[in-house]
Amino acid sequence: MNLFGYAQQFFDAPGRWSGADGIPQRLLEHVQYSAVALLIAMVIALPVGLLTGHTGRGGNALSVLATAARALPSFGLLVLLTILMGLGMTPVMVPLVALAVPPILVTTYEAIRAVDPALVDAARGMGLPRWRVLAQVELPVALPLILSGIRSGAIQIVSTATIAAYVSFGGLGRYIVDGLSQVDYAKVVGGAILVAALALATLGFFWALNKVLVSPGVRRR
Amino acid sequence: MNHGGFFEVPSDLQNTWWGLVGWQCELALLPVLYGLILALPLGMLCARFRWIYPPVLGVATVFYAIPSLAFFVFLIDYYGESDITVEIPLTVYSLVVLIPAIVDGMRSVSEDTRAAATAMGFGTLRRYLQVELPIAVPAVIAGLRVATVSSVSLVSVGMLIGNEGALGNLLSDALSYHRPLLAWDAVLSIAVIGVVLDALLVLARRLLTPWARKATAK
Repeated sequence: MNLFGYAQQFFDAPGRWSGADGIPQRLLEHVQYSAVALLIAMVIALPVGLLTGHTGRGGNALSVLATAARALPSFGLLVLLTILMGLGMTPVMVPLVALAVPPILVTTYEAIRAVDPALVDAARGMGLPRWRVLAQVELPVALPLILSGIRSGAIQIVSTATIAAYVSFGGLGRYIVDGLSQVDYAKVVGGAILVAALALATLGFFWALNKVLVSPGVRRR
Repeated sequence: MNHGGFFEVPSDLQNTWWGLVGWQCELALLPVLYGLILALPLGMLCARFRWIYPPVLGVATVFYAIPSLAFFVFLIDYYGESDITVEIPLTVYSLVVLIPAIVDGMRSVSEDTRAAATAMGFGTLRRYLQVELPIAVPAVIAGLRVATVSSVSLVSVGMLIGNEGALGNLLSDALSYHRPLLAWDAVLSIAVIGVVLDALLVLARRLLTPWARKATAK
């Protein structure tokens, strides 16, 4: 049987669209895990990125930190924390957050640094206090790049949140992990297709967010 | 109850710690190398003909959105539970990171430099290899660093498709025998490999761009 055959078999199976192991429920769980992880990562990375970018200090420390966080294997971290802390949400969240912090942090820092100094000088010359320069000039101009950093963090979280299923949680990874252990190939393929589709939907969501949030004056350039 | 030291690998994996490290590096680095070989001509094309860059970038982003586990599973159908199944997705991810890095690097070459090379009688290929590529080295290395470190840490997911995860295979043993030390071993070894390879790339950049150091020393 080919991929399409497996996919059809998966999506046509009875009970697939309702109940605790139905697609809507698994999708909701997956979105919940991803959204919580992304929010935590943003709360950590955005303020640090904005401040270091604004002051222009700590760029080297930041890139060392980002490399270290990137080098940590998400899946290994999940297994390690589960063994140490027992089953729970923390072992799932820590690797997901660690995954999204580097792209958000580094992109935010670089986006703020890349703002045209003439604009910042003009704002200072108009007598704006530093926090307003950051909030009203640097942030809006840097927003498209910052959003792209959050987007790549979000996509990595969505595709990696599948690992939650490996330590007994739900989400779309459930189909992949269960399918692998039950040797039910249709289930694995179906789960993989759903995760990829959700990742693409995330891409679309950020594209729309970009349209709504980014000031037209910045976008046109 | 003595389960052996940090570097002692359970016998069911039929490998030594150094063997696993070597396997990890092979599974992680070959894809980056393949990615670089594919990305160099593609990046050059994207930098020369600007209109093909947005579609190439779009397709690449879509590929990047496919989760590694899903990607591995798709390929089991074609290549079984083998090294190739792990290497193909990692090659694609590397490619996605490297193409923009190479295009950025190519664009950082100033028009004057390019014109000077042409005036000295350099053909397109020779100008690419001897002038543009060396100038693009810092940007390309920046891309290689991200690709290499991510690749090293992603290999461990291969464990889920039937012990194809090198050091990641320690994780399944850690869980089933409840031996935290094995999990520490996997996480720390992988992280250290990533950081060491990253440092080697920084070193390579310094050796390949001696002029950059002179400029900052002034």
